[in-house]
Amino acid sequence: MRAMVYRGPYRIRTEEKDVPRIEHPNDAIVRVTLAAICGSDLHLYHGLMPDTRVGTTFGHEFIGVVDSVGPSVQSLKPGDRVMVPFNISCGSCFYCARGMLANCHNVNPNATAVGGIYGYSHTTGGYDGGQAEYVRVPFADVGPTVIPDWMHDEDAVLLTDATATGYFGAQLGDIRQGDVVVVFGAGPVGLVAAQSAWLMGAGRVIVVDHLDYRLEKARDFAHAETVNFAEHDDVVVHLKRITDHLGADVAIDCVGAEADGNFMQQVAGTKLKLQGGSPVALNWAIDAVRKGATISVMGAYGPVPSAVKFGDAMNKGLTLRMNQCPVKRQWPRLFEHVRNGHLRPRDMVTHRIPLEHIAEGYHIFSSKLDGCIKPLIVPSAA
Amino acid sequence: MAYWPQKPPLPETPEQLRARIPGWGVDLDPKDRPSVPQEVFDPGAYGARWEFPDRQPERYGPRERSIEHAFLPPVFGTSAPLHGVSGRIRRFAYDRFSEGRNAHWLLLIAADRVDTFEGLLASAARGRPDDPVTETGVLAEARSHPIASRAGRVDTHHQVLDPLVVGGPWVLAGAGVLAAAVAAGRALSRRG
Repeated sequence: MRAMVYRGPYRIRTEEKDVPRIEHPNDAIVRVTLAAICGSDLHLYHGLMPDTRVGTTFGHEFIGVVDSVGPSVQSLKPGDRVMVPFNISCGSCFYCARGMLANCHNVNPNATAVGGIYGYSHTTGGYDGGQAEYVRVPFADVGPTVIPDWMHDEDAVLLTDATATGYFGAQLGDIRQGDVVVVFGAGPVGLVAAQSAWLMGAGRVIVVDHLDYRLEKARDFAHAETVNFAEHDDVVVHLKRITDHLGADVAIDCVGAEADGNFMQQVAGTKLKLQGGSPVALNWAIDAVRKGATISVMGAYGPVPSAVKFGDAMNKGLTLRMNQCPVKRQWPRLFEHVRNGHLRPRDMVTHRIPLEHIAEGYHIFSSKLDGCIKPLIVPSAA
Repeated sequence: MAYWPQKPPLPETPEQLRARIPGWGVDLDPKDRPSVPQEVFDPGAYGARWEFPDRQPERYGPRERSIEHAFLPPVFGTSAPLHGVSGRIRRFAYDRFSEGRNAHWLLLIAADRVDTFEGLLASAARGRPDDPVTETGVLAEARSHPIASRAGRVDTHHQVLDPLVVGGPWVLAGAGVLAAAVAAGRALSRRG
């Protein structure tokens, strides 16, 4: 089969790989019909995530058709069109039994701090991902769901991570009616977080980024006020000014480990890898919110330590909430929101790239060229 | 302002927001928000018919695992099994250091860089050498509005370092090979 393969930092290619096999009785093999590149894939692409091995295939957002199933699979059969959460979950460990499907303890030998994720390095279990023609899907009775007939494929693929995670980010913000919500990052997760903040009754939603085309999307798509941090000498002071010097009630970090806004942090964290990335957005969030506020962290951070301003967070009495999104638990409500038009994931798609040209897709997305917000990957066999 | 007891007034009323924004407030009640609370004990809720899953066989040699695990978890990924020098470094990182130790992660990052060089050599030996031009995707620049796309952006300040990040190891590797060749040549000429 054809698959995207990691060759080293900033280098990937499409090459021939063996079709994955059933390794466990509850596995399914899925023929991928549509995949996506996630902003967090760029952390792997840039060589930031420890134990990202040459030869692995990325991709944790994908949908497809069941090709074969293991002997214990009961809920799926070959031919089913399925959407697959980015989390791999056994459904029965201490955490899964309590609904923490993103924190499964039975699927990741390489680390106890993180669950299993498709195509996201060996630090999340060493599973190949869906930027390929076929992918192995463990625990087929737990994760995948048959795509409803009414659902558009592009909505389905974006519900496997970006949309669910954006909504979850707003949800962890514990938003109450009239809250002022600041969203850092106008990528797909940030755009959905901004939309979702309105669903939860926010009184103001302010999106911060430095890419004008994404801020325009935040205004049109997510009905948000916007701040281009590049236009302000000190964005924290600006956010204080526009919130009557009180600060926001809730901040949602939808940027993660490669935040711009501080050259030294970028060089030290993302180029020289001297720390676990550049936590500039999280630090701005800590400083820009009011005392007693809640900060929700949806941006991806790796296991290497980062210089985060916990002293300010402590002194301000902040509540910091974070987790990988338990996608399957989010779906029933999110399906309703997509069906009735409150969330419109596919409106964020800007590029549809054949698998054979995925290296160019990564470069365009990584370098934020051509107005790129969300690139989808179309396998040639789809 | 924070100096007085009342919260500053909002620019729009709930009625105005409801009229302007599709779905405003439909999830105002936390009971309508999914996965609230985070922990709800319901072991039968997610499709598992087992208390502990069947164990996946270790087909590709002993699977490395974090020493914080009591045992090898029953299911795991099979991508890119340990191999070569990078594999030995990784095995040591997993066997010796917990996730709480920086040495664990720094060794894994070091192994990643070694793996890159091993990959270069192995791929060349297989007759499919790496091509930094096509693999970095830079050929997309020409049709992606490279100048207009970068206008007014702060990340362009550090993006100029990307070629160094990508090309630096290649240059260092080339210099290493050259230095080794020169040293070997000198050693041979001394013997001769």
